[in-house]
Amino acid sequence: MKNIWAVCKKEISAYFTSPIAYVVITVFLVLVGFFFHSLILWFNTQSMQMAKNPQMLQKLNINQMVYSPLFHNISTILLLVIPLLTMRLFAEEKKIKTDELLFTSPLSINQIILGKYFASLFVLVVMLALSGILSIFTFAYGNPELPPILNGYLGLFLMGAAFIAVGIFFSSLTENQIVAAVLTFGALLLFWILNWASQSTGGIWQSVINYLSFFQHFDDMTKGILDTSDLVYYLSFAFFGLFLTHSFIQSRRWR
Amino acid sequence: MIEIQNLTKKYGDVVAVQDLNFQVEKGTIWGLLGPNAAGKTTTMRILTGYHPATDGNVRVGGYSVFEDPNEVKKLTGYLPEIIPLYPDMTVQSFLNFTAEIKQIPSSQKKEAVDKAVEVSDLGPVRKRLIKNISRGFKQRVGIAQALIHNPQVLVLDEPTIGLDPAQIIEIRNLIKSLKGEHTILLSTHILAEVTQVCDGVVIINEGQLMASGSLEELTSSYTEKEGVFVRLKQRNKETQTLLENFQGVEKVTPEDHGYRVEWSKGKDLRSELNKLIVEKDLGLLEMKPLTMNLEDIYLKVISGGMEQ
Repeated sequence: MKNIWAVCKKEISAYFTSPIAYVVITVFLVLVGFFFHSLILWFNTQSMQMAKNPQMLQKLNINQMVYSPLFHNISTILLLVIPLLTMRLFAEEKKIKTDELLFTSPLSINQIILGKYFASLFVLVVMLALSGILSIFTFAYGNPELPPILNGYLGLFLMGAAFIAVGIFFSSLTENQIVAAVLTFGALLLFWILNWASQSTGGIWQSVINYLSFFQHFDDMTKGILDTSDLVYYLSFAFFGLFLTHSFIQSRRWR
Repeated sequence: MIEIQNLTKKYGDVVAVQDLNFQVEKGTIWGLLGPNAAGKTTTMRILTGYHPATDGNVRVGGYSVFEDPNEVKKLTGYLPEIIPLYPDMTVQSFLNFTAEIKQIPSSQKKEAVDKAVEVSDLGPVRKRLIKNISRGFKQRVGIAQALIHNPQVLVLDEPTIGLDPAQIIEIRNLIKSLKGEHTILLSTHILAEVTQVCDGVVIINEGQLMASGSLEELTSSYTEKEGVFVRLKQRNKETQTLLENFQGVEKVTPEDHGYRVEWSKGKDLRSELNKLIVEKDLGLLEMKPLTMNLEDIYLKVISGGMEQ
């Protein structure tokens, strides 16, 4: 545990002593702020119109009309920024040969991987927490329900955790950070839109493909539904990514 | 302290190290010599647990690198050829980090870092970013990181490469000062360094052991003839014949300013030769023994492929 923490601490300080974390977090927050602002404006005009029709007014729901689309938007931004966050984790070590220090220290490969993984998770949590500040406005001037919002954030966190695991894996494959980022982005996007392919197939394949798609699982969570199958999906995705990383690093040492 | 037995490492079909055997005694400094791509770095990487071997066994302090890698890693400090440094860290934070990953208990961390800074003379750059310090300081940070957990064994891959002559001497003195307490295996291309610093050498070529032993052992076993170089006032055909015909002398080779006079191993004709020169009034200017230096041995071993 102490070893994981040592690696994690070093990675967190690497994020925050270089511009990476600041740039990524700032870009993330600017985009989230923009989406939030447009959604609120749209919600505003909708409520003005519906005010004329009391029957429609009952359907007005800030959770569904602002937060659900906002979570979708945030998840898309994560798709873009997480590859940038994870690309350096192993690629840079290999490039500047510091992996020789890590792998000749009394650390296990798992401890190194987990240390790096938790450092990226920390940056993700910081990003999500800072974006949560926007909700001060909705709570001050409206009355959204808290549990669905928390559920949405949980969904974002889990999805981000899965994304990071994928990113770490691709970072371990190469010593070129750009290659790592592009591969991560490509793989994430593919899993994201996998459900499109399900429309042209049927039967068992349709449900398999739907299950594998990020989108399908995330959609539920933005609506405030917490399903264990979604939790299992994200956690196993993250586990699988880290497991592949471990196998790859281990196998490369033997070559 | 370090035992390498039948070590073989293949990268695919390429054999990097083949059936290598040698030992390094506790508290001594040994040099690992060989041309580029001889397998020095590979041997060191296996020894430090970076690479697994294809075959054979490596033991450090009684632990097998393959069975108890963590025990070996705790006992070993390693300075790779390319110094593993994070450019965006300060020297202090880098050493703190290495102290943590080498599992120094947090109560002793500060002390260990202070000691490493002191031994490697890093005081002036302690608070500076690694990317901003000079090559010589970077090398010392590399040594400090290898020393930080006070390991019994130090493995240094070309510790003086890329340094200026004054820095080379400093690093060399630093290494010498570590002798006794630590067992050191270092690789280098500077043979003078080995003569000055090391107790013994291992010469490898194309992954195979060519020679190993203490410097004295190697010198005596590779010396075929003994002799002297004499510089004389009288340099002519007569002098040469005189020397050639002297009792016991086997070979006389004229050189730029004198003659190489050789006789078979085990004899010492120096005083007799001296007498002759004085009697014949040849005008002695200089006389020095012909010794095999490490360079001669190295070249002989690498080119001749004589195995010992």
